[in-house]
Amino acid sequence: MKPPRFDYFAPASAQEAVSLLAEHSDEARVLAGGQSLVPLMNMRLARPSVLVDINRIPGFGLVGLDDGQVTLGATVRQGAALADSELARRVPLMTAALRHVGHPQNRARGTVVGSLAHHDPAAELPAVALALDAEVTAASARGTRPIPAGEFFVAYYTTALEPDELATHVRFPVAAPNTGAAFEEFCRRTGDFALVGVAAQLTVDDGHVRDARLAFVAMADHPIRARKTEAALTGKAITPQTVTEAARLTVEEDGLEPADDIHAPADFRLSVLPVIAERAISLAWSRATAQEDGR
Amino acid sequence: MAEVHKLSITVNGEKFEHWVPARLLLSDFLRDTIGLTGTHLGCEQGVCGSCTVLLGGEAIRSCLMFAVQADGAEVTTIEGLGEPSQPNAVQRAMHDAHALQCGFCTAGIVVGLTGLLQNCAHPSSEEVLDTLGGHLCRCTGYVNIRKAAAAAVASYAAEEE
Repeated sequence: MKPPRFDYFAPASAQEAVSLLAEHSDEARVLAGGQSLVPLMNMRLARPSVLVDINRIPGFGLVGLDDGQVTLGATVRQGAALADSELARRVPLMTAALRHVGHPQNRARGTVVGSLAHHDPAAELPAVALALDAEVTAASARGTRPIPAGEFFVAYYTTALEPDELATHVRFPVAAPNTGAAFEEFCRRTGDFALVGVAAQLTVDDGHVRDARLAFVAMADHPIRARKTEAALTGKAITPQTVTEAARLTVEEDGLEPADDIHAPADFRLSVLPVIAERAISLAWSRATAQEDGR
Repeated sequence: MAEVHKLSITVNGEKFEHWVPARLLLSDFLRDTIGLTGTHLGCEQGVCGSCTVLLGGEAIRSCLMFAVQADGAEVTTIEGLGEPSQPNAVQRAMHDAHALQCGFCTAGIVVGLTGLLQNCAHPSSEEVLDTLGGHLCRCTGYVNIRKAAAAAVASYAAEEE
């Protein structure tokens, strides 16, 4: 199918972009990688009358590496982020998740920030942002504001961004030493959206979990932060038993409302969740302890 | 009122200038505007891979890009890879492994694998599978495509030495 007509702008600056969004607001969509938006437009499920293409804005493609945090601009490509060894070191959870995002042909154009702003409920990166307490910077003609991940993901395809706002950056904290991260998902084909996904990151100190971060993909219409499971892991020395017990808690987390659809029934997703969680937690643990052992 | 945008684009080394509506997909520009019909349309959703082209040497889904976005860019389509008398290593490998039947998905796969090998001389089998995962084939069952991919990787490595 072909998309319907729209007015197209390719601004050369962020300022121009937000002016366009202020002017066209409800009718405008931002075009970054296009890997989610253009399929919707081709199927005529999305019919924006204005498209603001941000791919020509210099500076949006930059990765900032500072002490303690990493900043990705709006047009940093998923493929470039995945291949970046500095990012793999600093934000291993994002690198682990990126492997599961589509295929290389999508990641060549798709952007990290775009995936967050689009917020498909089965997308992997929103769970990573939530697990890491990332922060999205939203810009508009009214100024800029930071939006913490905990407030950013609202519902299906809905974020805290106002219609006239553009997500310009995402900031991730740098992983502490002795941190292991893992992303596991269950889907029928590699590259599919997750039917169930778990992002897990553990920081270990003297053989015990000092910091546990866990978030679920596709268990509600937004990523779920698994606070109960995190609490069960914190302070513990991880044994197969503690992992299994913690994984059992995953189905008791608040807010679980897995989809019941043609891809999978809800009770199936709930039965798979602890299995995927166990794998992710175990893998994160072995990576964290490998760090601690200096391997 | 239909608005058109100026598009200057290089395809397979040749420069083109056209005025195009914003809604024209890159895939349709290649096929309908400049007549390069080797790039196929399967899903127009970014799943099947039959529309794969190289943008600046990197494999992308041309059905998910508007032609205007490729202003100033260099695109390589299947028509720009090899010749019937001198197929590239991937084409040779696909032929030798009998890795096609109807051929609809083939152009996309050749472009995708060529792009992979041009950017990554020694891809792991995981990386090859990840690239192939972005292509759907209704005929072959993929076994011979995987054999062809492995042979192409080997011959690229051999050509390097």
